[in-house]
Amino acid sequence: MASVTLSEAEKVYIVHGVQEDLRVDGRGREDYRCVEVETDVVSNTSGSARVKLGHTDILVGVKAEMGTPKLEKPNEGYLEFFVDCSASATPEFEGRGGDDLGTEIANTLYRIFNNKSSVDLKTLCISPREHCWVLYVDVLLLECGGNLFDAISIAVKAALFNTRIPRVRVLEDEEGSKDIELSDDPYDCIRLSVENVPCIVTLCKIGYRHVVDATLQEEACSLASLLVSVTSKGVVTCMRKVGKGSLDPESIFEMMETGKRVGKVLHASLQSVVHKEESLGPKRQKVGFLG
Amino acid sequence: MAGLELLSDQGYRVDGRRAGELRKIQARMGVFAQADGSAYIEQGNTKALAVVYGPHEIRGSRARALPDRALVNCQYSSATFSTGERKRRPHGDRKSCEMGLQLRQTFEAAILTQLHPRSQIDIYVLQADGGTYAACVNAATLAVLDAGIPMRDFVCACSAGFVDGTALADLSHVEEAAGGPQLALALLPASGQIALLEMDARLHEDHLERVLEAAAQAARDVHTLLDRVVRQHVREASILLGD
Repeated sequence: MASVTLSEAEKVYIVHGVQEDLRVDGRGREDYRCVEVETDVVSNTSGSARVKLGHTDILVGVKAEMGTPKLEKPNEGYLEFFVDCSASATPEFEGRGGDDLGTEIANTLYRIFNNKSSVDLKTLCISPREHCWVLYVDVLLLECGGNLFDAISIAVKAALFNTRIPRVRVLEDEEGSKDIELSDDPYDCIRLSVENVPCIVTLCKIGYRHVVDATLQEEACSLASLLVSVTSKGVVTCMRKVGKGSLDPESIFEMMETGKRVGKVLHASLQSVVHKEESLGPKRQKVGFLG
Repeated sequence: MAGLELLSDQGYRVDGRRAGELRKIQARMGVFAQADGSAYIEQGNTKALAVVYGPHEIRGSRARALPDRALVNCQYSSATFSTGERKRRPHGDRKSCEMGLQLRQTFEAAILTQLHPRSQIDIYVLQADGGTYAACVNAATLAVLDAGIPMRDFVCACSAGFVDGTALADLSHVEEAAGGPQLALALLPASGQIALLEMDARLHEDHLERVLEAAAQAARDVHTLLDRVVRQHVREASILLGD
């Protein structure tokens, strides 16, 4: 992760501030920074989203391709995640430097989506045991300003909401060989239901309290964090402790409760933003990186 | 490609442009706050992001430090979702390495490296859409200017091709995929010096001068646009500073 050097005095200042529920930029312990979400920024993908959370900048592209279903789940399609920590975030990620962090984030994404309810994979099936849609979700980390997991999960959810998969029909002729036909109308597509797609809320323990959405400086003061993956209804799908410090069980329960509370609010805001953007229709002014 | 005319009888290309016309260019400097310099450019459908860190101390082995000038280090990577077919590895493959070396050669010609001995300048370019070398160089120029690193001149790049006796400037993806001769040119506009010249496929030497001139003129047009972008950026920055 991109690191920042802090003096002891600055660390003490941050810890004391968190104690008083006043962080360096004036936020409370449970406040997020200003989040900008925009979907449909990359033209040749099935769905894309860009999220800017403070100084953290994430670009996610989803490409739908046809493949064969997995042997143990013949009636379902599947998702493949790939995270690229680009060297533009920090020079340490040059060459293979960003691979470790990328693999860690990709594995976390696999874990949070590894349950029956997050995404309805049966809608991705075209013909059982033969053809299905595979969604390649590619995450591009452009700038690292702290709180990567939250921003990435928000971007993945927005990109999956934006994904449009073309409708196909399987035609069977007399010899029994199957042919796949794409519908003529380019706007005829299936959309995924992202009602139950979870978002990650990272809670960093600083001193005796915990904060949501830590900046790089705050992450440098924290020894342990808890990643909680929450759906819009407050259901926890995955939980993970990261960091070199240790947490006591009471803190973990408190942090989980905070995570659920904050997660529900986060989901509600994200839903309203993406629906509002969608309601503007195809004539919407796309800003992208130029704004 | 049978049935697809790259240049119609009336002189229009596939996307409706004239032979010497450039695609629409939009650019912005200072996209990322944490990097020393950054820029974003859109040339038609090609989108390139460049980020510059430096000059800073040499990372890794001190032995690579040059006693009289700075080390310029470039990496080119293209997003996995950028091309039509999903790309497996964003960087590290041969094409990306070659592109990185070409960018390095281009910028070593332009950056005044003698002013920063024993230091390193990193230029990272990211293509968010299938495209070419030209957009990367233009984005990197703006990013280096945004970082405040002294350069001899702007570096403006453009591609050119040759179809039916006419030289085309600023090739789009369709025109590149058709397989005709392609020329990539990086120019320092004020002096007219060429920083990098690269050509693929066969072209008769009688036509070379025309294609080169088309690319050079297009690069000078790009320079006018980039100059305007830089001035606009400086004006906005000085308004914010209250000068």
